[in-house]
Amino acid sequence: MKVGVVVFPGTNCDRDTVAAVEAVGHVADLLWHASTDPLPAYDAIVLPGGFAHGDALRAGAIARFSPIMPRVVEFAHSGRPVLGICNGFQVLVECGLLPGALLRNDSLQFRSEWVHCRVEAPVWGLQPGAVLRMPIAHGMGNYFPDPEAPSVEVALRYCDPSGRVTAAANPNGSWDNVAGIASGNVFGLMPHPERAISDVLGSRDGLYIFEALTRALVAV
Amino acid sequence: MIATAPSALIDRYGLKPNEYDRILELLGREPNELELALFGAMWSEHCCYKSSRKLLAQLPKDAPQVLVKAGEENAGVVDVGGGWAVAMKIESHNHPSAVEPYQGAATGVGGIVRDVFTMGARPIALLNSLRFGFPDEPRSRYLLARVVAGIGDYGNCLGIPTVGGEVFFDPSYRGNPLVNAMCVGLLRHDKLTRSAASGAGNLLLLIGNRTGRDGLHGATFASANLEGEGLEKRPSVQVGSPFLEKLLIEACLELLDRGLLLGLQDLGAAGLTSSSVEAAGRAGTGVEIEVTRVSRSETGMSPLEVMLSESQERMLAVVAPGRVAEVREVLDRWGLRSDVIGRVIEQPVVRVLQEGALCAEVPIAALTDCAPFYDWPYAPAPVPPPEPLPRDPLALLAHPNVCSRRWVYRQYDQTVQAATAATDDADAALVLLPGGKRAIALCTDGNFRHDDPYLAGALAVAEAARNVSCTGAAPIALTNCLNFGSPERPEGVWQLREGIRGLADAARALGVPVISGNVSLYNESDEGSVRPTPIVGMLGLLEDVAKRCTIAFKADGDAIVLLGPPTGPLDLQMEARVQRAVRQAIDRGLVRSAHDCAEGGLFVALAECCLKGGLGAGVEADLDWFDESPSRIVVSSSHPEDLAELGVPMTHLGRVGGQRLMIRGLADLALDDMRAAYERGLEALL
Repeated sequence: MKVGVVVFPGTNCDRDTVAAVEAVGHVADLLWHASTDPLPAYDAIVLPGGFAHGDALRAGAIARFSPIMPRVVEFAHSGRPVLGICNGFQVLVECGLLPGALLRNDSLQFRSEWVHCRVEAPVWGLQPGAVLRMPIAHGMGNYFPDPEAPSVEVALRYCDPSGRVTAAANPNGSWDNVAGIASGNVFGLMPHPERAISDVLGSRDGLYIFEALTRALVAV
Repeated sequence: MIATAPSALIDRYGLKPNEYDRILELLGREPNELELALFGAMWSEHCCYKSSRKLLAQLPKDAPQVLVKAGEENAGVVDVGGGWAVAMKIESHNHPSAVEPYQGAATGVGGIVRDVFTMGARPIALLNSLRFGFPDEPRSRYLLARVVAGIGDYGNCLGIPTVGGEVFFDPSYRGNPLVNAMCVGLLRHDKLTRSAASGAGNLLLLIGNRTGRDGLHGATFASANLEGEGLEKRPSVQVGSPFLEKLLIEACLELLDRGLLLGLQDLGAAGLTSSSVEAAGRAGTGVEIEVTRVSRSETGMSPLEVMLSESQERMLAVVAPGRVAEVREVLDRWGLRSDVIGRVIEQPVVRVLQEGALCAEVPIAALTDCAPFYDWPYAPAPVPPPEPLPRDPLALLAHPNVCSRRWVYRQYDQTVQAATAATDDADAALVLLPGGKRAIALCTDGNFRHDDPYLAGALAVAEAARNVSCTGAAPIALTNCLNFGSPERPEGVWQLREGIRGLADAARALGVPVISGNVSLYNESDEGSVRPTPIVGMLGLLEDVAKRCTIAFKADGDAIVLLGPPTGPLDLQMEARVQRAVRQAIDRGLVRSAHDCAEGGLFVALAECCLKGGLGAGVEADLDWFDESPSRIVVSSSHPEDLAELGVPMTHLGRVGGQRLMIRGLADLALDDMRAAYERGLEALL
């Protein structure tokens, strides 16, 4: 199966994401943001982390206007899986594929640390209740829901190592400890699964997210 | 232009009367103002190390693994095996950070990153070393907070993990904080890029940011402004754009990968002047620059301002005339501006033209090789002793110079590039090399717990190498940043001499070559000079990352042993033996943890091993638990009897176990109380 990884100017997790996709046995191509080519050759699209366009205005606010984005929206509407990680999540929210907004962290500081997240919904076959350990690295990860939008499917919540969702486990002030949400076949999360793919890096739990992407592919 | 240079003009460009006489002699005529400015920039301490070059000659620079030696290029390069090489350098951005801490620190990161990717290396790690006044003062808190934010925002946006660093507080840094940034890059041997402007007729391509008046005279450290010429007075601090720098990294690495560039040089201090002169100097050629071709961000800039601007995020590439279109195509894709601003010429001069009219012409050698080098007079003078640390155990753990740095490092992305093996439970960071089996170990170190500048130099090297060794990695190269006071005072020169002598002795004793460095003098304020602060960035190589060692105690019942002499002054031969011993012990699997003793002595080392491992300990020995003697490492082992084969002095201290740290005759502390003090220390102050 073939996964397209979109590169905006300022994206900086593209290579890591390709390595993670390859680690679960798939082929990944980097897709330049200025391309308007249709994306039928791909089984899934990933918007990786970074600082697309330097986070000018707001994270993701300029990237949503990149020439490739109408193709990504088209792709999502075709029912195939789209994964947004960190800045990719911010782009998905800005372009309307996911509801809500990502505000500045309540600390008003960038946060880079290892967190635990509990799976809340069986998105792409993830097992509810599973606790995943992954790093975060963001300044704008404070999720705020859109009250007008249809109900959000909360996919991941920040929790303590034992799986309890507590205020102390929330690194950025996000509403209801949200770490990731899904809408149909579109999934966005703030933690970086591509940085948790081997014991030497500190965790293999990120592979579970990329394997879920595989299940999502099969399901299409 | 001027007929005779008034002393005010000579002074404006940071030159001294005797230096002006030397310029007259070298040119055989009077320089015009632009030419005088070129000399001022190139003969500044920052560019030519005129006060320190002779002293730096004593540093050991050679070793079989060294591919690019100190001083040859923008950064030093060493072989790390498997066809891979590592480029690295540390540099200060102290004065800009004192004036505008956020931009000063951010552009410090930007500058050192450019030095590294200029070599054809992809930047894979950042480190830093910071010094401030104590954070109980508002100004020091402000500087700390803004410097950390500046470093974080710049490095985070670039997608380069900040994997290590250090922060210490001392009253001497109150008026003059230190901000040293280090970058480490990875490259294939065959992609090693030189900066030389070779081949007459090749074109000079200026890539990236437009040129403005920002940072004007940063290198000459302007004491006078340009009001006389109707120019607005500008701060000498530059403003950075990490987004633009990220595009430059990707575009330049792509251009180098495709072999489209003949040379590449970053624009740092003294901007276009130093980059073009150094590139020509390295090739034995000359350069001709037409200033009207340089894209500006401001109107009405004079040739002098264009030549000396320190606008950030600019690179100078040497391109064959036939390849410009291909180069431009790559740059356009990355949205980067580029201007052909001149060419390489045979005659070894720098020639500046404006609309074809000659504005300046100076021999390259006059600006570089003929720069004055000084043996300043020196005189020993005491350095005030460091402020004593508290001897109450919990107060010590909460002290700003001992407590956890989590408040700082959680603002730095440590995990991007998915290669950071250990973040906060080892004495040095480990970054995986391609393939994932081998790793490099990295740390920065400077020791401020003494009153002897020789020891400051020697201990910085010894501690950095010891930290790297405690992960199991062998130190293979170091970079250094020498932060000292004015060389125009005899005691300042003495401190610098002693610091370099200590650094050289330790590097030689430990067999580690110095591959790059930076000298930052004049670190003084109204309150006097900073403590002599030589900082070392150390690179180690770990052959098997599965054998890596951390500081955390691992298992109840393990024996705790102190490797090295129980106390005593620095003995470099002993230091080398202890470091070798700990590496052997780790390689043979004889120890389960290793942690060097530094600030706060054995007590703090034991406390950190307990806190990181979540395990207590019970120890007993006839030692001063707060003694900060060097060459000592706390290890834990399930088979302590095997450690005897290492052949170094050792002291049995006790055993790992429980949830308390019990030190007979000193303390009996619950881990939770220790953690509260240690973790809250910095946050409580900020």
